[in-house]
Amino acid sequence: MAFFPHLLLATLEGLVTSAVLALTALGLSLVFGVMRVVNVAHGEFFMLGAVLAWAITTALGGHPAIGFLLALVVSPLIVGTVALVAERLVLRRLNYNPEATIVATIGMLYIIQQAALTLYGPDARPVEPPFSYRILLPWFGYSGYKLSIVAASILLLLATWFVLTRTKIGLIMRATQYDRETAQAFGIPVDRVYAGVFALGAMLAAVAAVLVVPISQAHYLMGLDPLLLSFIVVIIGGLGSLRGTVVAAVLIGLSDGIISVFFSPTLAKMIATLLVALVLVFRPQGLFGTAAR
Amino acid sequence: MAGNRDSKSLLNGTLSRRAALKGFGAAAGLALAPGYVRYAQAQSSAPIKIGFQAHRTGIGAAYGRWYEKTTTAAVKAINDAGGIGGRPIEIVVEDDGTDPKRGAEVVGKFATQHKTDIVYGTLFSHVVIGSAPTAGELKIPYYVVSEGHHVASTKLNRYVFQPGITDVKSQIQAMAPWVASNVGKKVTMIFPDFAFGHDHRDYLPPALKAQGAEVIAQIAIPPTESSFTKYFPQIPAETEVIYHVMVGPAVLTFVKELGEFYGSNRPQLFGFIDSLEAVDINSPGLEFLDGSHFWEGSPRYAQENDSEAQKAYRAAVGIDDNGAAVGDPKDVSTAAHMFGCWETLYVIKKAMEDAGYKGPEDRAKLVEATEALTKFDEGPEHPQGDKIFNGKIHQCFGHQNISKVEGGKLKVVHRTSIEEGLYEPEGDYTTMPL
Repeated sequence: MAFFPHLLLATLEGLVTSAVLALTALGLSLVFGVMRVVNVAHGEFFMLGAVLAWAITTALGGHPAIGFLLALVVSPLIVGTVALVAERLVLRRLNYNPEATIVATIGMLYIIQQAALTLYGPDARPVEPPFSYRILLPWFGYSGYKLSIVAASILLLLATWFVLTRTKIGLIMRATQYDRETAQAFGIPVDRVYAGVFALGAMLAAVAAVLVVPISQAHYLMGLDPLLLSFIVVIIGGLGSLRGTVVAAVLIGLSDGIISVFFSPTLAKMIATLLVALVLVFRPQGLFGTAAR
Repeated sequence: MAGNRDSKSLLNGTLSRRAALKGFGAAAGLALAPGYVRYAQAQSSAPIKIGFQAHRTGIGAAYGRWYEKTTTAAVKAINDAGGIGGRPIEIVVEDDGTDPKRGAEVVGKFATQHKTDIVYGTLFSHVVIGSAPTAGELKIPYYVVSEGHHVASTKLNRYVFQPGITDVKSQIQAMAPWVASNVGKKVTMIFPDFAFGHDHRDYLPPALKAQGAEVIAQIAIPPTESSFTKYFPQIPAETEVIYHVMVGPAVLTFVKELGEFYGSNRPQLFGFIDSLEAVDINSPGLEFLDGSHFWEGSPRYAQENDSEAQKAYRAAVGIDDNGAAVGDPKDVSTAAHMFGCWETLYVIKKAMEDAGYKGPEDRAKLVEATEALTKFDEGPEHPQGDKIFNGKIHQCFGHQNISKVEGGKLKVVHRTSIEEGLYEPEGDYTTMPL
């Protein structure tokens, strides 16, 4: 294949990865930024979103688009509820202690994963894309649905940005992130903000999973890769920085796509990991993060 | 941040550590107790215990489920007909998570804890390779249904057998002439980057070269990969045939993305059905497969010339004419491989009866009796077809099927002879000490 189509394919693949990654990592980053909780179970919320999408589309039948759109709404809501319950039952009782919550979320990871294995089974199951349009380029074909993932992700990211910077809820969240005690002194219900943020973080992962499941498949072990990549993105972008997360997701996604296509996927993973190490050594707060106060 | 550390910790709840430990102890005691009282009766009527190392979870789960169904059906058939030497078979299942490390532990558990007579049933080649040394150390016969060349390579040990399914090296050698003369001469290979895929990587190029064809590119894909489009640009433009063999939960994605990439304007495809085992070939997005060819050990779809034995086997295992579970057309089987479980269990029965097997003290005799086998005739015990067995390399050799996708079904268009798949043995297990 000639250089230009080769590069085009690499970029397209990279953009799709970036789009999904940005949403997933944003959830992780938000939870850390506001709550200072490292949520190791984040990948399992992703997996849960995909598995629920399968359950919803299968239960509904009919045209794949109907089931898919319903899954896009219902699946994140259910995942958000699960996260909310987990937050109330576990994280709050640990008083959001950073060390204890890491251990607790590792526990949640296994509970959710094994519950999925028990109830859903060990098989990988496909979800039909809402439409199957194949874009015919002169050199190769490309899935139209994959490009729609990129568009959907951009819309969702804009919506999140709007909520965080232009609404009262966003203001409250940012105030809590900036200084928890002062926010509380000004009458902000920090406790409820935490619960909401944790649920929102999980919902972002679930939305990303519903978007991606028609091009991969729902499987109980699918949460691991998104978790690792999200951590990479969040560390590079700076924990708690929305802009940093998006920039890092695009960076990692595109470099993953381009290096994978031109060289090898293993090399892409190696370079991403190396980048994390370099960032941790030379700029521990991340590219766009602010130094810890 | 460090300031809000709270004295509340994990252990300060209402449950004390001592109480929790007592509870665990009691539970463990209860779980272990029944093992000591079961089958204390005379050995002659006690069941023969076969440890089934099953891929219930992990990347091999779809195969594992059908291997278990086939095993259950075969055990029922054997037991209904009087068992092995008058003793019924009891299957003890342990999940290995399709993980080599866990696989070795499971073999150890069968030998020392469950005290099974033998271990059986593993598919994934990396699990076989990981488990075989343990079987050798514990001197417990280990009958695998794996398809990999590792057993026949004589690199494992004297306790490992593969009597129910032909190995990859033989399959490739048998099919290469047909591929070279009917599909194309310039071949690009796509295979999983672990032991099973490496068998394909190593044995296809020489087999094709002998037929005047050549492998022009080899693309290795990590077995846990979930997205494949990024690998396709590596396929050279002059490729006439894409030879694909993929495994794991993402196989459907692989084939779909191949379709999106090429559309109908594709090179010829020759695949191992592994790329679509347990997947409906009529899934949306797979239309482009029409006219392509697949290897099948045993055909998924019922064929016009099926033998009575094949029909009876399909009915016993519970698959319909489309190779899906009876009553659930979406639950597609792993028909191309799972027949090996059925046939392996009958080989075990034959070998145990030949050896006059009584209990674990006769394991060495069982190994020798298995090595003494030379051929298996087609029939109810071997519904896939007749086979010959080479006791020196612990490997059987059978017929291979090449099927074409036509009208949403797989139709067998060529069946290789056993002779086409024979090769010079690379070693001799029988010279190793028992």
